[in-house]
Amino acid sequence: MKDHRTSISRRRLLQAAGGLGGLGLVGGLVPTAVWAADTLSIGFIYVGPKDDFGYNQAHAEGAAAIAAMDGTKIYEQEGVPETLEVQKVMESMINFDRTQMLFPTSFGYYDPHIKKIAPKYPDVKFLHAGGLYEEGDPENASSYFGYIDEAQYVAGTVAGHMTQTKKLGFVAAKPIPQVLRNINAYTLAARKVDPEITTQVIFTGDWAMPVKEAEATNSLVNQGVDVITCHVDSPKVVSQTAAERGAYVTGYHVDQSPLAPQQYLTGAEWNWGEIYPRFVKWQKAGKDWPHLYRGGLKDGFVKTSDYGPAVTDAARKAGDEAIAYFMSGEGVIYKGELKDNRGNVVIPAGQEREQTDIQLEKMDYLVEGVIGSTSA
Amino acid sequence: MEGAADLGWWGVPLALLAGAVRASTPFLFVSLGECLTEKSGRINLGLEGTLVMGAMIAYGISFLTGSPWLGVAGAAGVGLVMGALHGVICGLPRVNHIAVGIALMIFGVGLAFFLGKPLIQPSAPQLPGLALGAWSDSRAVRAALNVNALFIIGVILTFVMAWMFRSTRIGLAIRTVGDSRDAARAVGLDVKRIRLLTTAVGGAFAGVGGSFLSLYYPGSWNEGLSSGQGLMAVALVIFARWDPIKCLYASLLFGGAGALGPALQGVGISTGYYLFNATPYLLTLIVMIAASSRDRALAGAPGDLSINSSS
Repeated sequence: MKDHRTSISRRRLLQAAGGLGGLGLVGGLVPTAVWAADTLSIGFIYVGPKDDFGYNQAHAEGAAAIAAMDGTKIYEQEGVPETLEVQKVMESMINFDRTQMLFPTSFGYYDPHIKKIAPKYPDVKFLHAGGLYEEGDPENASSYFGYIDEAQYVAGTVAGHMTQTKKLGFVAAKPIPQVLRNINAYTLAARKVDPEITTQVIFTGDWAMPVKEAEATNSLVNQGVDVITCHVDSPKVVSQTAAERGAYVTGYHVDQSPLAPQQYLTGAEWNWGEIYPRFVKWQKAGKDWPHLYRGGLKDGFVKTSDYGPAVTDAARKAGDEAIAYFMSGEGVIYKGELKDNRGNVVIPAGQEREQTDIQLEKMDYLVEGVIGSTSA
Repeated sequence: MEGAADLGWWGVPLALLAGAVRASTPFLFVSLGECLTEKSGRINLGLEGTLVMGAMIAYGISFLTGSPWLGVAGAAGVGLVMGALHGVICGLPRVNHIAVGIALMIFGVGLAFFLGKPLIQPSAPQLPGLALGAWSDSRAVRAALNVNALFIIGVILTFVMAWMFRSTRIGLAIRTVGDSRDAARAVGLDVKRIRLLTTAVGGAFAGVGGSFLSLYYPGSWNEGLSSGQGLMAVALVIFARWDPIKCLYASLLFGGAGALGPALQGVGISTGYYLFNATPYLLTLIVMIAASSRDRALAGAPGDLSINSSS
């Protein structure tokens, strides 16, 4: 118990010191009855700063959309590591802020942390980004995720039209399925424009490595790459470095156009501001939702950034067509015959794997045209 | 533009050179600062905190005033204050340098994260680079030789410091204080004052190193910016045997080795990148083992530099 109390008082102290949420020590200790009965308290936990031009900001935009709704109150905490710390933060949000819904947003929060805490608080809903929910996980937990590779496909189409050198660059953190899906969708789209295009991928090894990301971007440009995108927590360094070196940028997570106003083409963005309020409405209406809730462009889970000033009319048109392709509900990225970059057939001719296909979540290959390797 | 379009394998040595020049500056400044401090017999492990504080303050000042050089000055100032704080605390009786250093490191990092919250989003004016590669047609060569003035200042500082230790009265005083407190007292040197000054100035160097991180390369403020570079630089001083010139070599080596992983993947050597990314540490180990001697432990270490000494 001692541990528990310490963590709470520390959180209180931080909140009071930061003036976060404007609630003081006393306010937080007042029992729930004081809140209007229809006020829903919702907690958001971020692994980094919530204005990072990246992953956390995308979720914070969802939180802001909820805060703008009537009868909601949000609590946020940033910089919570994927350790026991997040369990303490979750419990303290539940016990002291009386949150009825929690959005622990970082991928690593789910297993084991949410799985451990959720059974203790059956009345609290735990929502996690990443699609990790499996049969047998706590009833009050659920995961949601967007098929952002659709948005990457659109970005890849635009990139394919804009590249002069026929070389695209991808700065990625780790070769996990979600990252590989983005690299592959981007490459497939670009090669549909011109089959000579290649994508050079550089793995930095972790989600936030600013110096390595800058190094990777520089070495891509040195190799003649002229359009760069990335999948790291904060694309800020990659965007700025690429723009400085005169390469085009396509963004990720959120809109990075302010970082590279002239060089920004488009980008694959999360659209949590559209999705999160849905959960709140369902919760208020007492409605259940599926343990796995996913979708792509059509369902509003993801979106693309507005085209930058450099994008040509032809590229713009092709981008719009790609968007329409997915909006129709017919859009499929992975179609046979599809070979990986070692020459093995990964999807036989005549077969298609729709974005919803669970097999794609186990992706462990890079498609033909990607220069790089998934083995560490 | 042919050359730029397809650099191929030449990209690797070029990337190493460019990486050495680009990424070494923070290492260089922190290790020079630590070298100065340790020469006087103090050890300041808090320079990681100073580095991060310097990065944050420099970014903030540059953003608010529009002048990156003012930011550098501000970073030096905050480094000076943090160094002086360490110096003053360690001047008290029975204080452990290591403990104070670690406390200041955590304090500096935490304070920088706290104060730096509003600085993550905005873009601050950056330090300009000197285009030493303007003669080349290749974009890559031009980019590699786009050297920041701070790097050049750091190199000059290295030689000035080496000369100072070797042939000036101040250098002699610092070395005496570092090698033997008693001898220093016997010749009438104020041990506490000299140690306070070297720690403060060492902190200022580390602050400047931080400003390079946020204002030039990678050139933005965020919480993962340093990721331990300040700590590694402190270790570099031991690696460099308390010799400023060797600090320069060690920093270049570290900077260049860090560029190896991305550069090799850039030319298509994509397996084993975790291993390549570990090169700087591997290199350190190898050099340490190669340079170690059974007969004389830590040659070149200031005689009075002891983790237990308190003064």
